[in-house]
Parts: sequence; structure tokens; C-alpha cells
Amino acid sequence: MKFFPLVWANLLRHKRRTVLTTASVALALFLFASLRSVITTLDAGAQVGSESRMIVQSAKAIVFFLPMSYRERLQAVPGVQAVTWADWFGGVYQDPKNFFASFAADPESYLDMYKSDMTMPAEQRAEFIKERTACIVGQHLMDKFGWRLGQDVTLRGTIFQGDWTFTIRGVYRATNKAFSEDALMFHYDMVYERYPRWVEPGWYVIQLKDPSLASQVAAAVDSMFKNSSDPTKTGTERAFNASFATMWGNVSFLMNSIGMAVVFAILLVAANSMMLSARERISEVGVLKTVGFQDRLLFALVMAEASTIALGGAVVGLGAAKGLYPVIGFTAMGFLPGFDVTVGTLAFGFGIAVLLALASGLVPAMSAARLSAVQALRHVE
Amino acid sequence: MKIPIIYNIRSLLRRPVSSAMTTLGVALVVGVFIAMLALANGFRMALIRTGSPDNVVVLRKGADSELSSGISRDNAAIISALPEVARDAGGRPLASPEVFVPMNLDAAGGGDRLVVSRGVTVQAFQVRHNVRIVAGRVFAPGRDEVIIGTAIAPLLAHGAVGDTIHFAGRGWLVAGHFSSGGSAFESEIWGENEQLMPALRGQVFQVVVLRLANAARFDAAKETLEKDPRFQVDARRESEFYASQSILLRQILNFLAVFITGIMAIGAVFGAVNTMYAAVASRTDEIAVLLTLGFPPRSVLASFLAEAAFLALAGGLVGCLVAIPINGIVTSTTNWSSFSQLAFQFMVTPAILVQGVVFSLVMGVLGGYFPARRAARIPVVQAIR
Repeated sequence: MKFFPLVWANLLRHKRRTVLTTASVALALFLFASLRSVITTLDAGAQVGSESRMIVQSAKAIVFFLPMSYRERLQAVPGVQAVTWADWFGGVYQDPKNFFASFAADPESYLDMYKSDMTMPAEQRAEFIKERTACIVGQHLMDKFGWRLGQDVTLRGTIFQGDWTFTIRGVYRATNKAFSEDALMFHYDMVYERYPRWVEPGWYVIQLKDPSLASQVAAAVDSMFKNSSDPTKTGTERAFNASFATMWGNVSFLMNSIGMAVVFAILLVAANSMMLSARERISEVGVLKTVGFQDRLLFALVMAEASTIALGGAVVGLGAAKGLYPVIGFTAMGFLPGFDVTVGTLAFGFGIAVLLALASGLVPAMSAARLSAVQALRHVE
Repeated sequence: MKIPIIYNIRSLLRRPVSSAMTTLGVALVVGVFIAMLALANGFRMALIRTGSPDNVVVLRKGADSELSSGISRDNAAIISALPEVARDAGGRPLASPEVFVPMNLDAAGGGDRLVVSRGVTVQAFQVRHNVRIVAGRVFAPGRDEVIIGTAIAPLLAHGAVGDTIHFAGRGWLVAGHFSSGGSAFESEIWGENEQLMPALRGQVFQVVVLRLANAARFDAAKETLEKDPRFQVDARRESEFYASQSILLRQILNFLAVFITGIMAIGAVFGAVNTMYAAVASRTDEIAVLLTLGFPPRSVLASFLAEAAFLALAGGLVGCLVAIPINGIVTSTTNWSSFSQLAFQFMVTPAILVQGVVFSLVMGVLGGYFPARRAARIPVVQAIR
């Protein structure tokens, strides 16, 4: 520890170089943490889905409706506590670029189904259920468009033709990290009344009495409708979310490879900077050796310098990633709800910083330790 | 009076490790930059090639994709019979009413995959002229047969010619494989619409694609279609329609490309700054000699700038070499507009390579400017003493 002032003085000798190198490390780890968080957020979304809720969709493809009559039959399946249903609406607000999830659902049963994932003031809930043209909106989406409670919002239907105007009667907050706050929900009856001969539920959600009944209920439901014209595919919400995450294809692979390239590129910058410093100090190392500094100590001094840069950069970069994203509320247009830098990612980042310190400091530190005093003093740059 | 560039190259070679590290750092940034652009470009091209500028896509009014559209059989017949539609030698209209449904199919290696199945008529092969059978034959009319695009066939559990693939409650014989010049169709399954329609969505088509008798009269045809009181439809040029289908994912890819390579580039520039400052510092007396010999400070500035640019340029070229092999690698993602898998290739084009090289030069000049200015301003007398 008593040599810390020496390390510090060495770092301050080329202030610019130290700052730039530290900044490079910080940027790299910021980027690394961001990329890894995309993967961890997708994975978290895949795992957070409830095990006690099941999604019943058409076995043909997700775009097919299921008959309304299924509601009663699902309710009658042993092990089923509650049933609700919804339709993907896919409305466009002003411009297709303003993408967010919008869907039509049966208000009361749907809010009951998801009461553990979202909260909303009781009077807003009552008002939403009472008023047929009302909708509820996630807090994040409200903030994004600057909407106010009581305001009318008009969506252009893509699947359900026409303009649709809803009054915002409720604003919900997600209590479960993976539950999206970038969504708008309104009464199923609205679409049904405009297209009564066509519209039916797009999917059903089942609340199980006990999560252990999942496979039993799934088998019962699917076999019940197997030979009908609308066979079903039933799975837990968690499995449903997981299959959604795989739809991104090999995005994890892409993120990982870019992350590696970034880390390696910065390793080069940091190592180069340490070598430049070491080269300029060869004669100095000679002097230190002459006055009695041990090889081991000189090795440690260079390593300490490299570590200070790498770890300093890590603190700045990882800290910025951890602090920045919650503040700006980044969710990638609702695709990555609950985007957050996890503790695991931070630990991984620090691990990389330690490796970076070792890799960038090792060669200069060894050459400093090995250098003979005579050689070093003779050296002319 | 200019300082010869060979001076700079030799100087760089005097410190091989430091130069190589800086170059490699730039190379990695350029490599990632090119890879990201190639990805975005491949995705875009797959969708653009899907459409032809001579064709018109007719969707239900307000529908933003084939997925959300619907056109009744009657209306499809009326649209096909319009005088704006081109006709083949036998006088039949070159119009293809199509069924479009993403289906859950068993994937090779377990799990399932959402794949577009498109019901077409024989007319479709004349309207969409880039579709070619590469194995087997086309599906026979009136039979439960399909053909599968070459991009998606290997990803399916029963995608080989002669296999039977199960969906919509039936087994379908895979009669052949088809290619379409790298377009999104290669990620689809095609069958006869009269077979697919009842099995899938009932008596409704999703889209009518028609060839214009006179391609220059697109606007007139659009107006005829959209003003017709018998139906409510939107008409769009096919090429523009499919390009617009990729906007969402392209935005994401472009954002990523800018965000990631932007941050990486700053790091690489910092590396170049360090290297060049060190180079200037260790060559102070050399620079002083150059100035004494009568080279103006301007030349010294230019010389060091050139050195930095050369360093980065070498990195840019290495980056290009590293990135070129990814050209043609097939990847797949979900096209959120059709909610289905789209397989496409990384596409490295000369334009992208040029962008990569220019990018490296910009990094070099940015990183070299301040050190070069320092070199040009070295006080001669002090330095030489």
C-alpha cells in the first residue's frame, strides 16, 4: 500500500493517456453490459411467466380465432379456476413507427387474471369496466406519448378495419418486472360489436387451481378439441413466453459475438497503452532496480497500474449502464420490458476487467521485472 | 514541400507491436461495423427482392401486412377482371389471389417454427416471375401437395422432397423445393389456394397480386382500385410494399449498428490518440530536425495525420478481409410484420466495404489530428537542444 503514491504518480504522468485508456475500458464495459442485458432481459422474460396460468391458442397458428363457446367448456375442465380471453388488436397510433401492443380483452376477468402482475387504483378499475369505450394504458406508454387520464386516443385498425377511439380511464403499473407497461387494453365487446360475424377470442388464459395440474389440464383441453375444426395448443404462460423469446432467432449469439469483439478491441487499446508507458520508463526501471527495488515489487507496481486503469474503467462503465437505463426507461419499444443490468452481468463485467488488467499488464510487468539494471540504464530511447 | 510517406511507414514499422495493436483495434471495429451493415442489408434485400415494381399488391384498406388483410372471393374476382390487369397469351388475367397464414410447423431438431404458408394459383408463377422449382416438381392442382422454399426447407422436420408435412389437420406431400433469388418467398411454403383456403381461413383471400398491363400507369390503377365502391382496398407497388414490411426490424438493426460501432469507434480512436501521442513524444528530436531542414509545420502536421490515417486504413483493410467471409452466411429471425420466420443471408457489398474503409480513415484522422498538431508546434530550439 505504501507504494500507491508511486503508482498514482505514474498514472498522472500521462494524464491524457490514462484518461483515454480508462474511458475506453469504461465504454467497452458499458457496451458489454448493455448487450448482455438484452440477453438476460429476454431470458428473464422467458422465465418470469407464471406456471399457474396457461395459454390456450389455436393449434393451427396464432392468428386463428377460437370459438367463444370454448369459454364454458374450458371453465368446466377439472383443475381450472378461472378463464379469460383476449384478441391481438395491432392498432396504429398516428404512425406505424409508434409501435406498441394493443389488445381487446374481457375487462373484468382479464384484470382479475393479472391482478398479481399489475396494479391500478380501484376507482379507475371500476370506471374502466363500467364504460364500454374505455381503455387502460401502461404508465410507461402514458409517459412516452404524454397522454393524460380521461383523454381520447384514436387507433387505426390494421386487422380490424377502421378508426377506433378509446377514452383512457385507467393507468396501470407493472408489479412484475417482465409485464409490459407499453400496452393498451380495451373492451373485447368493442371489436365484437363491430364485427359480430367474424370476431372471436384469439386466445384464452386459464388460471389453474394448482400449478402441478398444468400438464394434466393441457392434455385434457387439447384432447377435448382435438377433432374439432379448431384444435387447440395449450401450454403454461412461461413456456409461451419462452417460445416468444426464441423467435428472435440467434440474437444471443449475435450479441455475444459482438460483445467479445468489443472486449478484445479494448484489450488491445489498454495493452497498447500499458506497453507505451512501460517503454518510456525503461531507464527509470533501471534506476529503481539500482536503488534496490526487487523484481517482484516492480512486477507488482506495473500490474497495480494496469489494474487501476481496468478497474477504474469498469466502475465507470458498469456504473453508467446500471444507472442510465432505469433513468431513461429503455425498453426497446416494449420488446424488452424490465430492461435492467443484472448483478450477474456486473459481476461478469468486473471479471472481464480483472482479465483485462492481467492481460494488459502482464507483458510490460514481466519485462520490467526481468530487465537487468545495466541493460536498462544503457537503453536510449 | 511534402515529407515522403515512406518516412511514416518506416516509423510505424519501427514499433511493430504498438502499430499492430492499434491497427487490430481499428480492424475489429470495422469488422463489426461491416457485419452489422451486412446483416441489415441482407434483411432488406430479402424483402425488396420479394417484390417487383411492375406488380401491385392489393390489401384490405388499413391492413399493414398480408397477415392482417382479408379480401373476399367475389372482390378478388372483380379485381382480377379489371382492364388495368395484364393478360397472358391465353387471355387470362395475370392476377394471383393468395391465402397467407403463418403456421406452427415442427422444426428440424425439435420445437416448432412459425412459417408462412401461401396458397397460390398457377398464375402466381407468371406474376412472380423469379420463382423457380429447383428440386422435384410443382404441386399438382387438386391434390394435398406443397412446395417449400429453399431457405426454410432444411429448418423443417419434414421438409425434404417426398416427405409428408402435417399442418391444418392434414398431411401434405412435399412435391418440390423452390428458389426465388434470395427473396422472402424462400422462407415460405406454397400450395394451391383452393386446397389451402378451406383448410386454413375459410372463404377469404389475404391478398391479390396483379401485374399491370402498363407499369407506367400505376397511379391510375391505384386510383381505380381504391375508389371502387364495391370494395375497400389499398393498392401498393409490390416492391415498395415488401420494403415497408422490414421497417421495424431495420430500425432496430440500424440503431444497433450506430450504437455499438459508435461506442467501439470512440474506444478505437482513443487507442489511436494514445499511440500517436507516444509516437510524437518519442520522435520529438526527429521532428525538430525536419523543421530545421525547412519543412513547414503544415507538412509535419500533414505527415503525422497521414501516418495516423495509414495506421487506421491498414486496420480498415484488415477489418474488410475479416468480415468478407461472413458474406452468404444464412441466419434467420422473426419478421414481426408477418409474425413468421424469415431466413436471409449476410450480404457484404462493395458499397459496405467502402463505407468500412472510409469509417477507418475517419477514425484515423480523428485520432491523429491532435497529436499531429502537437508535432507541428514543437518548439525547434528546445527540442533540438
